[in-house]
Amino acid sequence: MFSLEGITNFIHEWLNSHLSAIFALLAEFVLVGVAAIGLFAFLGLVLVWMERKVAAVMQLRLGPNRLGPKGIFQTSADTLKLIMKEALTPDNADKLLFNLAPFVVIIVAMLILAPISFAKNFQIWDINIGVLYVTAISSLSVIGVLMAGWSSGNKYSLLGAMRSGAQIVSYELSAGLSILTIIVLTGSLKISDIVASQENGWWIFKGHIPAIIAFVIFIIASTAETNRAPFDLAEAESELTAGFHTEYGGMKFALFFLAEYINIFIVCAIGATLFLGGWMPFHIGHWVAFNHIMDYIPSSFWFFGKTGFLIFLIMWFRWTFPRLRIDQLLNLEWKYLLPISMFNLLLMSVMAIMGWYF
Amino acid sequence: MGAASLLVLIFAGIAFAGGGISIALLFVKGSKNAQKGQPYECGIPSTGSPWNQFNVGYYLFALIFLIFDVELVFMYPWAVVVKKVGIMALVEIVIFFFILFMGFLYAHKKGALKWM
Repeated sequence: MFSLEGITNFIHEWLNSHLSAIFALLAEFVLVGVAAIGLFAFLGLVLVWMERKVAAVMQLRLGPNRLGPKGIFQTSADTLKLIMKEALTPDNADKLLFNLAPFVVIIVAMLILAPISFAKNFQIWDINIGVLYVTAISSLSVIGVLMAGWSSGNKYSLLGAMRSGAQIVSYELSAGLSILTIIVLTGSLKISDIVASQENGWWIFKGHIPAIIAFVIFIIASTAETNRAPFDLAEAESELTAGFHTEYGGMKFALFFLAEYINIFIVCAIGATLFLGGWMPFHIGHWVAFNHIMDYIPSSFWFFGKTGFLIFLIMWFRWTFPRLRIDQLLNLEWKYLLPISMFNLLLMSVMAIMGWYF
Repeated sequence: MGAASLLVLIFAGIAFAGGGISIALLFVKGSKNAQKGQPYECGIPSTGSPWNQFNVGYYLFALIFLIFDVELVFMYPWAVVVKKVGIMALVEIVIFFFILFMGFLYAHKKGALKWM
């Protein structure tokens, strides 16, 4: 049966039998780096294509359909175009910060990949504070955005960056609280433990109503954190041209664009891990035969399937809800989501102590 | 893999971003033009620097966020042990939330959460 774990074990054994221990380790480091870069490129190409196709379906049109089957190579052609374009630095920009910002955004997105469990026993680093690590690192990405907006020397950019900063930090609170709601149940921050605790059912089913409320709040908050519509005030194209990356062009713009899609993938992966069981197949209590059939589907398929479903959900939002104003956006967070998620956390801890969950 | 994986990922990020930008540099023949370096605004030469006074509302929200985020960090260790400690943990977090919520109501009453 196809499993990513088998491939990594085979590579590990092959390298250790042919090379000395240090060189085998170095070779593995290089492989991990290349795999991470490959995943980035792959996700960028696929998610942008998926976004355009989903948008097309929602609006009853065809979407990209010229390059390759169903237009799958459209993104590659766009990347090629962006490579050919000049990435100029404006005259009154802060040159160092302006050129550093894309690096910061990409490195932050790269770092969050470390604790994500892509398949059974397929994880870069199973750190014992996994979830805390993810929330900590993902809040660093706002620094890249503020850097880009401030250093551009453009009023639109600065406005976009400030909005984005206010929005990301606000929604981080309710995202954090809804993550905590699940941590109360699992009793561990380690990603592998969280996935293992969902072997007989996912938390969204086992945790009753508080888990469902937490899931909804998490999806809303992560849509806002990734600056997606209806919370795309940071780059509201009808008022701010492109927000914080107005002045960026060519490959530097492409890096921002890519980091945005990678961040969507990451928040959806975290959501899938916490609420929908990560790579764990769909199991129902004591239905042994059903559970065995579900086990036949490789764990990586489950993980990417669930993540893909959440990504589709977030893309769906974009064509359903109108954009919020900044005061409405901050009201929604501070007057509704934050109090609700605080009381939800209390409710969940009562449930966890009383044992009112499966 | 251990903590070394973070270094590997940082280098992968630098390689990815730097590689992309430097490949683009190979292809691009830039032209010189005085208009090119101007900020992209509306066609008319822009007046004034963007780096001047800014709406204080954003900073207010950042300050309130800072308080709540520190509380959130305190709650992570609590959430891990709440099932083991039992009812005592619940009593403690209710007191904690009560104080936090009073602060929240105070900020609300003072109008700190109102966008002007």
